[in-house]
Amino acid sequence: MKKYINNRQATCALLALSALLLLAVLVAGLLLNERAMATDFSRRDLAPCAAFPFGTDWMGRDMLARTLAGLSLSIRIGLLTAAVSAVLALLLGAAAGGFGRKADAAVSWLTDLLLGIPHILLVLLISLACGRGLWGVVAGVSLSHWPSLARVIRGEIIQLRQAPYVLTATKLGVSRLQVARRHMLPHVLPQFVTGLVLQFPHAILHEASITFLGFGLSAEQPAIGVILSESMRYLTTGRWWLALFPGLALIGVVLLFAGIGDRLGRLLDPAGIHA
Amino acid sequence: MSLEAKELGFGYRRKPVLEGINLTVRAGERVGLAAPSGRGKTTLCKLLAGYMRPNCGSVLLDGKPLPQKGYCPVQMIWQHPELALDPRMRLGDALAEAGADGDGRLLDALQIQPAWLSRFPRELSGGELQRFCIARALCKPVRFVLCDEISAMLDLVTQAQLWDFLLREAAQRQLGLLIVSHDAALLKRLCTRIEHI
Repeated sequence: MKKYINNRQATCALLALSALLLLAVLVAGLLLNERAMATDFSRRDLAPCAAFPFGTDWMGRDMLARTLAGLSLSIRIGLLTAAVSAVLALLLGAAAGGFGRKADAAVSWLTDLLLGIPHILLVLLISLACGRGLWGVVAGVSLSHWPSLARVIRGEIIQLRQAPYVLTATKLGVSRLQVARRHMLPHVLPQFVTGLVLQFPHAILHEASITFLGFGLSAEQPAIGVILSESMRYLTTGRWWLALFPGLALIGVVLLFAGIGDRLGRLLDPAGIHA
Repeated sequence: MSLEAKELGFGYRRKPVLEGINLTVRAGERVGLAAPSGRGKTTLCKLLAGYMRPNCGSVLLDGKPLPQKGYCPVQMIWQHPELALDPRMRLGDALAEAGADGDGRLLDALQIQPAWLSRFPRELSGGELQRFCIARALCKPVRFVLCDEISAMLDLVTQAQLWDFLLREAAQRQLGLLIVSHDAALLKRLCTRIEHI
């Protein structure tokens, strides 16, 4: 007799696997930081081979180590910025949905303002204003990513406040705090968690793109954006591996995060019991 | 003991829905409410149960306004049980929130099976959910129950069971019922008095 596992368990397993893979990249990058910086001019410009699967660059640095270190840095920045912006979104969204018209008007105005400015421009401006570098990037990305999630949370809370089961609960004498805990939180929390995880890919891509444009992390750090922008100069001379592998790795990480967010959303929904 | 609507008026935006409504339900009475669709039957129920405030006139419980905070002794049973139960709350918790005591008398009488208590609303049918809504409304010391088309989507056997239970319960506890329905035959069978709006 064959033993079947149900969809939910399969989803859980895939989720754990993706998370483990990302964790492995994070740790490997941290450990390889030294090696990523090491230059050796005796092995310049090697095409991918057994010893250096991603090749080496014009200073003889191991591109695999550099890519992993860059991804690790990206993941760390992504974690930080996604967490900050998701918490901002939760607070502002809850304030807009739960604290009356004036709070709603103020938050909605701010949301519209930020959504109205082209995203990459906004990240650039905040990053520049905060003095570039690591903290400039972190501030830029985390202060510009909350509006869409805040909108979702605001909408969810406004809708919940009018839901018959919430109205009924208040008429049954349940206090406002209990209504928020029992009826609002279980609805908002999955949105928040999914939103948080889905901010990762955005945050990582924006970090990489403003670094690529030269407004983000400084050139000596092994960031993916730095690797990609440097490799552009060597692309025309036929060193395709400098851009291809780091680029593919970045896409891989982003897709992993997006997949985790998607599956998490389905797992947290009781209707998605067969997810 | 009475639930009274006095010169009640209500409108959505500028469109008036209810004007000059006078209605009294006394304890132990079963008042039927019949009107074509769109006349504001549900709106009237919401006003009487305190979910909305009337634009003019007043709703009085024993001559006093309805309590704004805490438990309201006028409970409404909604037309759509799927919307009236939290999709993310197990049904047992929903009953516990309403203050269901552990004796299980209501559950037995409504034929709610213990296994249903650990399920989510999506896993039960409309008729099964409506039993929970009725149990929830009757848990606490309720005095008036507003039934807004509560049996329209049920098959005849289930309808008969639910109404039989509600009538016995109302007689036993001297509840006042306001029964809203399109079904003239049903109202005639159930009610002590029928009002038209």
